[in-house]
Amino acid sequence: MAEISLEGVSKAFGDTVAVSDLTLTAPDGAFVVLLGPTGAGKTTTLRLIAGLERPDRGEVRIGGRPVTNETPAERNVAMVFQQYSLYPHMTVRENLAFPLRSPLLRTPADVIERKVKEVAETLRIAHKLDNKATALSGGEMQRVSIGRALVRDPAVHLMDEPLSSLDAKLRAELRIELKRIQEELGATLIYVTHDQIEAMTMATLVGVLDEGRLVQVGTPREVYERPASLYVAGRLGQPRINALPAELFAGAPSGAKTIGLRPEHIRQGEGRPAKVVRVERLGDQTRLHLTLDAHDIVTLTDVHTALEPGDTVAIEPRNPLFFDATGARIG
Amino acid sequence: MSAVSITEPTSRAKWVAGSLVCLYAAITLLPLLWIFATGFKSPADAISYPPKVFFDPTVEGYVNLFTTRTRLSPEALAELPPPANLAEEIVRKYDMVIAGPSRFGERFLNSVIIGFGSTFLSTFLGVLAAYAFSRFKVPLKDDLLFFILSTRMMPPIAVAIPIFLMYRTLGLSDTHLGMILLYTAVNISLAVWLLKGFIDEIPREYEEAALIDGYTRFQAFRKVVLPQAATGIASTAIFCLIFAWNEYAFAVLLTSGVAQTAPPFIPTIIGVGGQDWPAVAAGATLFLLPVMVFTVALRKHLLRGITFGAVRK
Repeated sequence: MAEISLEGVSKAFGDTVAVSDLTLTAPDGAFVVLLGPTGAGKTTTLRLIAGLERPDRGEVRIGGRPVTNETPAERNVAMVFQQYSLYPHMTVRENLAFPLRSPLLRTPADVIERKVKEVAETLRIAHKLDNKATALSGGEMQRVSIGRALVRDPAVHLMDEPLSSLDAKLRAELRIELKRIQEELGATLIYVTHDQIEAMTMATLVGVLDEGRLVQVGTPREVYERPASLYVAGRLGQPRINALPAELFAGAPSGAKTIGLRPEHIRQGEGRPAKVVRVERLGDQTRLHLTLDAHDIVTLTDVHTALEPGDTVAIEPRNPLFFDATGARIG
Repeated sequence: MSAVSITEPTSRAKWVAGSLVCLYAAITLLPLLWIFATGFKSPADAISYPPKVFFDPTVEGYVNLFTTRTRLSPEALAELPPPANLAEEIVRKYDMVIAGPSRFGERFLNSVIIGFGSTFLSTFLGVLAAYAFSRFKVPLKDDLLFFILSTRMMPPIAVAIPIFLMYRTLGLSDTHLGMILLYTAVNISLAVWLLKGFIDEIPREYEEAALIDGYTRFQAFRKVVLPQAATGIASTAIFCLIFAWNEYAFAVLLTSGVAQTAPPFIPTIIGVGGQDWPAVAAGATLFLLPVMVFTVALRKHLLRGITFGAVRK
């Protein structure tokens, strides 16, 4: 349980800059989600906090204590790797007990037994405890990997896309379970994902990374409603925000190059006529693919809409976002 | 008609493959079987023509291998008490008595000490060096690796004379330590290269996970990397042992009295009282055993292969 702070941290691998001048504070007990596409520096940021990488510049502090020169063990962090990294020569039980058996903790056998059992039950792998780690499905491996982090009580939990290879049902369940566990433990958790549902539902803070730079930090709502740039706006929201030339609709402020329309920013019934290209019925929502002056637009409509491809529907913006030529949001 | 799987071989294909394997096994095992059989023949049976496949087994070869014998006059023999054991009985048939043990036992023990000692040392040093080369930024890494490999580019015996002189000066000639160091020096390049390949294949994530789980680098190496490298260590050890165990040239050159190994000793048996092929065969049979046992004991590791299953690639 501790605050984590990164101050001006940079890390390059050869000529590739992975993280550039990153400053971020995760308050004690925060659930921080790092968002960004592949190569944005999310994983490197986690590894810098874990101590698996040493920053070229800058300082990492955990609980106010500078840890830049400490080993991962000394930092007392737990990490869930994207590639699971289960010890293949051990059983599930041994994998889960491994952190507790470390020379740092030297947990008594009965406590190990109890904790392993608790975690296994939470993650629903209790029936697999005596299996070899290699004799598990991908989803089971990922749960064991999460279990290995939850079994002890570290200063901070780091998770690198821990739910990415689970099926949809289990992912939804574990999302809630993870959030519950985190709140219960009061643990500080830094979580890397590119799943926006995970970001929106679990995070107390969202940090958006772009090419190694932290471009915005805020609550999920802030980042969604008041994105600093077009890039950030594109990271959250499903269907994605429509980025269109600002002059497509009247009323753009001066300097605006792009108008950003999320589905809820599009009012149907009035305004410019757009052609329906496709109607995508997902059950709980129906997506409308439109074209307007050769620009593609995706929006949501009434689930039971009678619109068909070829129909015309009038649309106009409502409280849209505007961005200047550099991509920064205006107003 | 039963369903045909396209991935499973048909029973006919299995039968053909099985027969081929058995035939090959028979061809390769026949010489070994012949050596084993010769060890239990009498000297007459061993050189008879046509060769005898069926014969009356005797342990004469083994008796001759482990003893030295003296011929006595018939008068002296007549005065002796009746033979106390089977070995005496066999020897008496040739008008001889057992004078004492031969040196085969100690030569064999020398082979065990030197062979396994150098195997342990080369594998132990090899795995540490290989790990360092695989995981750390070593200055001039490629050059060092090439240098290590280059030590094997000349047949070791090409440097026999300098080594002979050097060993004499250092007092390492005819010592167990000297032979262990020599065989280790020859084997270490093989060990480093083989093991580096195996360790390169072990994903770093395992060690990183262990580092985060509260272990030091060395503990992570011991608890996570070593078990993963078991296959590589086993095969490396077998290669090292085979070389050290069979090595003849240096053994002839550098050992004579104290540290002589079995390979230079076995041929000397031939000269002791005629051509005693059964004794040679008995020596060869015993000499084959340790490597065979060692290989069979590590067979599980060789066949198991490395499991990469628990890391998603």
